[in-house]
Amino acid sequence: MIASLDWLRRQPWIWSFVGAIAVWAVTVALVEGRGAGATVTAALTFSVFYVIVGIGQMFVVTTGPGNVDLSIPANIALSGAVAMKVMNGQDSLIVVGLVAALGTGFCVGLFNVALIRVLMIPPIIATLSASFIVQSTAIAYGRGLRVKPPAALSDFMEWRLPGGIPVIALLTIAFAAAMVVVLERTAYGRSVLAIGQSDRVARLAGVPVARTRFVTYTLCATLAGLSGALLAAFSGGASLDMGQPFLLASIAVVVIGGTSIAGGKANVPGVWGAALFLFLLVTMLNTMGVSSGMRQMLTGVIIIAIIALAGGEKTR
Amino acid sequence: MSDSRPVPALPGRASLGAAAVPRLLRAILPGLALAVILVAIFILQPRAMSYFGLNLLLNLSIPIVFATLAQMFILTVGDLDLSVGGMVSFVATVSVTYLAEQPVLGVAILIGAIALYACVGALIELRRLPAIVVTLGMSFVWFGLAVLVLPSPGGRAPEWLIALMAWKPPVIPLPILAALLIAAIGHIALMTSSYGAILRGAGGNARSIARAGWSMLRVRMTLYALAGFMGVLSGLSLTGITTSADSNIALRYTLISIAGAILGGSEFVGGRVSPIGAVLGALTMTLAASFLSFLRLSPDWQIGVQGAILILVLALRALINAWSARASRRRAGTAAP
Repeated sequence: MIASLDWLRRQPWIWSFVGAIAVWAVTVALVEGRGAGATVTAALTFSVFYVIVGIGQMFVVTTGPGNVDLSIPANIALSGAVAMKVMNGQDSLIVVGLVAALGTGFCVGLFNVALIRVLMIPPIIATLSASFIVQSTAIAYGRGLRVKPPAALSDFMEWRLPGGIPVIALLTIAFAAAMVVVLERTAYGRSVLAIGQSDRVARLAGVPVARTRFVTYTLCATLAGLSGALLAAFSGGASLDMGQPFLLASIAVVVIGGTSIAGGKANVPGVWGAALFLFLLVTMLNTMGVSSGMRQMLTGVIIIAIIALAGGEKTR
Repeated sequence: MSDSRPVPALPGRASLGAAAVPRLLRAILPGLALAVILVAIFILQPRAMSYFGLNLLLNLSIPIVFATLAQMFILTVGDLDLSVGGMVSFVATVSVTYLAEQPVLGVAILIGAIALYACVGALIELRRLPAIVVTLGMSFVWFGLAVLVLPSPGGRAPEWLIALMAWKPPVIPLPILAALLIAAIGHIALMTSSYGAILRGAGGNARSIARAGWSMLRVRMTLYALAGFMGVLSGLSLTGITTSADSNIALRYTLISIAGAILGGSEFVGGRVSPIGAVLGALTMTLAASFLSFLRLSPDWQIGVQGAILILVLALRALINAWSARASRRRAGTAAP
């Protein structure tokens, strides 16, 4: 018993879940227990988007310092618009639309990798440059786009099992579990960790650095594409700024979840915990009747405080 | 960031010779990009080639130049500031409210904002935190504060500020005069002063600077305070032009400032920065935005053109680097056959 508690305490992801539960408890206490279950349902549903994007960003961040995908918001905006336009509100085109969104994301990832490889620039700059062009494409492509998502897809996003458990959340949990296996049990996952710990050593040890980087950036971008399609379906259509919150959120869930921003150390469950924590935190502040400006400010302060407390990376 | 590269490449007389050519090419690249886009605009619209035309064309460049310099100071030490847009927006809201109505309080708030920037630098240094995450959190703080100061768009900038930004100096339009002045001051402060060399050295090899007895805490706080000061100037000049503000008036400044600084030759590692380049980069970014309207193209592609120019310049730089690497390999080959 004590041994397993001790094991739990040493897991980097545990703190994000502890934080999520604490924030949830405070919220429930504030409303005297009303809607405790509904809050969990909402948190599970909304976290789906953060988790999908966050896991992609986690793989990118894990490949070492300077590796961050800044093109995620633009990617989400473009993929969401593509998905809605291809689906054209028809249930029969849902699969085609999802494939189109994944394809769009993949292409953005391809563009990112090409810039990193050809221009030999830090990934932050490469993905930033790419995001300018992707965002512009999204603006030009999505202008005046008013296509409602297919009813079946919207219904699927809202589908709940008895007890209020969203099906999409269960699927995302299964996806996260699969990603744990990919990270810890496959050659690709071990390569990502090895490169993050030392690019040079990994290269000398024969790890296929270029190929791993290619897979990582395209995986992250493809997941952002998927998230864009789901987000558009969930919010009744694509909008140009719907990806914007994900710049901070994708990095925040990764770091709060116990993944090292210096690379080489990743944590999948933590992404879930951090996503739930962030959503429940905003819910708590809303319940307290905090104004929107104050809410933003407190969110920022709390994120910085968590990083500062957890901080102390040996390498920058 | 974490990789400790060898000694920073400080410009010096010792390196004159064959290696100086690629360096010279790299240095003129930002100016070249600006010249090309300016010439293109002049060809499309000859009337732009006048005092009035340039004034109009570069109208919004002054706040962008300041924001880009703010970013450049952070890049100097190898960090990235994702809160520039938030900080400039906050300053803008303070400018159209407190600064206009209670100037003393307004000035105090702005000084506080600079102090907060220095504190962020201190926090990053003391706790060894990733700057990108901390400044991302700070962007929430700044935007939140901006909403608190000015919940709905409006306000009015102080009259002296509006008058200052509308000033028409003889011969040289104000945006160009300002750009020249800012570039000169930035260059003297960072590139020629002795502490400027320490600041850049800290970006190149923090450990050796610390071993030499300089406080890295002081270095980071100085650079962050300088960035904060530039952010304040950016917000003030912005409201001087727009006369009113809203809480996310400078949302896009974060990305534009990074693009401008990188375009101007700043690099992530090695403390390689250039104030003159950053000013040129910011001007290029401003012109890129208005370039489309001369081509009668949809403004939807405005951001895209900025991205394309950035990629083009980076591609040219990569080409120069590859060429100089090949040249130096060939030299090494002939020296030791």
